Amino acid sequence: MANLWQFAPLKFSTRLHAFLRNLGLKAAVLLATGNMACGTLLFDDDPLEGGRSMTADVEDPNRRDILVVAASAFSAVGAASLIWPFVHQMNPDAGAQALASAEFDLAPVQVGQAITVMWRGKPVFIRHRTAEEIEAAKKVPVEDLPDPLSRNDNEPGTPATDANRTLEGHEKWLVMVGICTHLGCIPKGQTLADSKGDFGGWFCPCHGSHYDTAGRIRKGPAPRNLDIPPYTFLSDTKIRIG
Amino acid sequence: MSNHASTYEPKSATAKWWDERLPVPRMMHDQFVDFPTPRNLNYLWTFGGILTFCLVAQLVTGIVLAMHYVPTADDAFNSVDHIRRDVNYGWLLQAMHATGSSMFFLAVYVHIFRGLYYGSYRAPREILWILGVFILLAMMATAFLGYSLPWGQMSFWAVTVITNLFSSLDSVIPGLGTGIVEWLWGGYAVSGATLNRFFSLHYLLPFVIFGLVILHIWALHVAGQNNPTGLNIKTKSDSLPMYPYAVAKDAVALFAFVIVFAWFVLFLPDYLGHADNFIEANPLVTPPHIVPEWYFLPFYAILRAIPDKLGGVIAMFASIAILAFIPWLDRSPVRSTKYRPIYKWFFWLFLFACLALGYLGSKPAEGVYVFWARIFTAYYFAHFLLVMPIVGSIETPTKLPGSITDAVLGKSPGKSGATGGGGVPAGATAAPEDR
Amino acid sequence: MTAYRTVAPLRSVLAVLGALICTGAPAMAAGGEAAHFERHEWSFAGVGGQYDRNQLRRGFQVYKEVCASCHALERVKFRNLVQKGGPEFDEEAVKALAAEWPNKITDGPNDEGAMFEREPKLSDKIKGPYKNEQEARSIQNGAYPPDLSLITRARSVHNEASWYIHVPMMLRDVLTGYAEGGSDYLYALLTGYKEAPQGFNLAEGMNYNAYFPGNQIAMAQPIPEGGAVEYQENAGAKSSLEQNAKDVTAFLAWAADPSLNERKQLGWTVMLYLIITTLLLYFAKKRIWSRVKH
Repeated sequence: MANLWQFAPLKFSTRLHAFLRNLGLKAAVLLATGNMACGTLLFDDDPLEGGRSMTADVEDPNRRDILVVAASAFSAVGAASLIWPFVHQMNPDAGAQALASAEFDLAPVQVGQAITVMWRGKPVFIRHRTAEEIEAAKKVPVEDLPDPLSRNDNEPGTPATDANRTLEGHEKWLVMVGICTHLGCIPKGQTLADSKGDFGGWFCPCHGSHYDTAGRIRKGPAPRNLDIPPYTFLSDTKIRIG
Repeated sequence: MSNHASTYEPKSATAKWWDERLPVPRMMHDQFVDFPTPRNLNYLWTFGGILTFCLVAQLVTGIVLAMHYVPTADDAFNSVDHIRRDVNYGWLLQAMHATGSSMFFLAVYVHIFRGLYYGSYRAPREILWILGVFILLAMMATAFLGYSLPWGQMSFWAVTVITNLFSSLDSVIPGLGTGIVEWLWGGYAVSGATLNRFFSLHYLLPFVIFGLVILHIWALHVAGQNNPTGLNIKTKSDSLPMYPYAVAKDAVALFAFVIVFAWFVLFLPDYLGHADNFIEANPLVTPPHIVPEWYFLPFYAILRAIPDKLGGVIAMFASIAILAFIPWLDRSPVRSTKYRPIYKWFFWLFLFACLALGYLGSKPAEGVYVFWARIFTAYYFAHFLLVMPIVGSIETPTKLPGSITDAVLGKSPGKSGATGGGGVPAGATAAPEDR
Repeated sequence: MTAYRTVAPLRSVLAVLGALICTGAPAMAAGGEAAHFERHEWSFAGVGGQYDRNQLRRGFQVYKEVCASCHALERVKFRNLVQKGGPEFDEEAVKALAAEWPNKITDGPNDEGAMFEREPKLSDKIKGPYKNEQEARSIQNGAYPPDLSLITRARSVHNEASWYIHVPMMLRDVLTGYAEGGSDYLYALLTGYKEAPQGFNLAEGMNYNAYFPGNQIAMAQPIPEGGAVEYQENAGAKSSLEQNAKDVTAFLAWAADPSLNERKQLGWTVMLYLIITTLLLYFAKKRIWSRVKH
């Protein structure tokens, strides 16, 4: 299970594409075989000459007509492959894909403050963490975490240590997709007035998930740590997400 | 025909369980597998199936396009451009939908002329035929509404011109026409409000067509299909089960039709449209030549042939409405034109008149074009109002085969056919096919 | 390009067929005032044609150095210049091109609430020099240089043939897949600047063009004799009025219909499939019907 999700969320959409593409092919095969079965059901008695029956011919292999089967199979494959454009049109379009990266200036964000920016239509939390917050996050043993994986697109598959949740040299900046991994609400904790939950990080009011100062799930129904998008620092205070 | 004995036998316990509760498989079996079809149907009878395909194709592509289309005056044109450029396979789906309307009309016109030639509107198929006329009207409305949606120059000015037809009612009651037009527009000119309601109705009407088609097919399965001889199915040997015989033929014709369809979609996506519709709607500039899509050209020619504004509008609507009355205008004792030596010529003349009206509709309304448009408009109506009743009454049909089976096997005309001796009383509506 | 080569024989067959259809008929009626438009051998013409990448690259150069000073291309995005089936420039090169594009993108509001201008990115449109139509008209003496993104599809060459050869002409166009009316028009327009004939009443500030409706066009001749741009050594063609006009027309045809390559390649796959399936169905139908007398 953990393996299945480790490339999420970005890679998952790629897998979905592949899956849907295969779906068209499978439907083609299904339809074709279905039609072949029908092709064998042909009844060929001339009503002029006598009665006709629908089922008597099924058992007789001589009735199977390769031409009819081939024609049915061909038309079914064509009809099925036409499904793909109708499915694929709902995937993100070329314009949406092109907006995949965005740059932000972090200079105005003071220690202890956080900002929320938009990336791909999603909120991204960027917190300038205090030394205490970093310390608190580092102290937690990975084995005690509900989700032991870092969920970091920059370092996929690594354990959820605080170092793996940030970029080397920029540990004070925590950059995460601000969407609760439970059912997609936006957790509280970005402003001073917000409840930050039992672990001083974020708290999702929808179903009570508590995240710590490294954005890791500690308590509540959320299955995963908050996702970390791909990002790089262009300078000390300039960041590109995506 | 529809109450031929059911041959459906559920093959499993589940099928039996279903059959006792909701016998859809039985209905499908009886109506589309074991349904008796005349054994002499030619390829012109495949257009019913082709039209079903067209309707489904338009519905499916349309629903998909509506996921990306934005029905506002500011964004409609941009969203269609966006569909073509950026939506995955958007260029294909948009071309399929735009070309699809032309293909739909192409098929429906073949279907209508087939019905006219073989007398498929005659008793007992009057309701079947009239439902067809309603389907045609609904198709025209849908096509017109849909043409407005890309919000190009042609879209905008087609809406302006066609909605303004109603303003001709001002000559009946002053203010009536203007009131209707402003009600249609939702403003004092064609605007975003017009576009938005047209989009709503364009999405609705195809489902109305779908319902009408179901009634149309129902009526067809009550009366049974007509056939090239116009004779009724009398014995079992006159018919073949729909599956596989008619289905196999339908499949060949459908794929051949799709070749033409795909040719336009993939090689000539703009051919059936108009270049001006690639210019965003501009309420300040009318394009120099505004013409409707090709499938409206004959009616457009009729509209412009009448010098009076209201008269032209009436003539245009009458040209379609008159179709609903031909089951009673045609006085011939036989159905099929195949056995009508005089009417045959008038039929081809009528077809020619329709094509000529189509050509004239694409030309500017001036000079010799107007003259010929008037001639052919006159013939269009004369064909229904004069030729059908008069020729039908005076003409002596050639000998009919004794039965469909005889026609297929090439036997000489039987004695039950209309004889050459003029024994059929003039104006007889009971066709000899029924004897 | 492979697809183009494979279908070329088919294309010529169709072309011959088309030629046969119209040789019987008199030549296209050269109507009184209507100018006669030559049909050009576009690489993307007909049912098999594809864009020539080098030509699109040259055409973009002409657009950038000549047309872009007045005409926008806003439905095309910089990222499109990279994508398959187009000029296929290098991505980094287009990023640099976007960054130095003279017409900046208005973005904002920033944190102070003000709008600001920034360099275009790959995802931004190829912006024209004017903010809106009013600004364009005020600078261009009342004329409005239209956006060129759809120009080749928004123009066409009318079939002005007499009624009796109208149908064969249509049939020929359908069978050969003639869809380049807009390109033929644009090329004719760009190369159609001439001295106004004697007695022609040319309004002030207007230019005579043999192919523009009414023959008076506000746009001065954009490409002079001898060409307007310097092509690179390896561009594949020498610069001249005709070559520049042809290249920029091809580029604009791509801008208006960027999926053409993919469309026609898919077209032949689909046609092959449909023809085989139709034949199979036909013979299957014959087999089925052979069981009964008909």
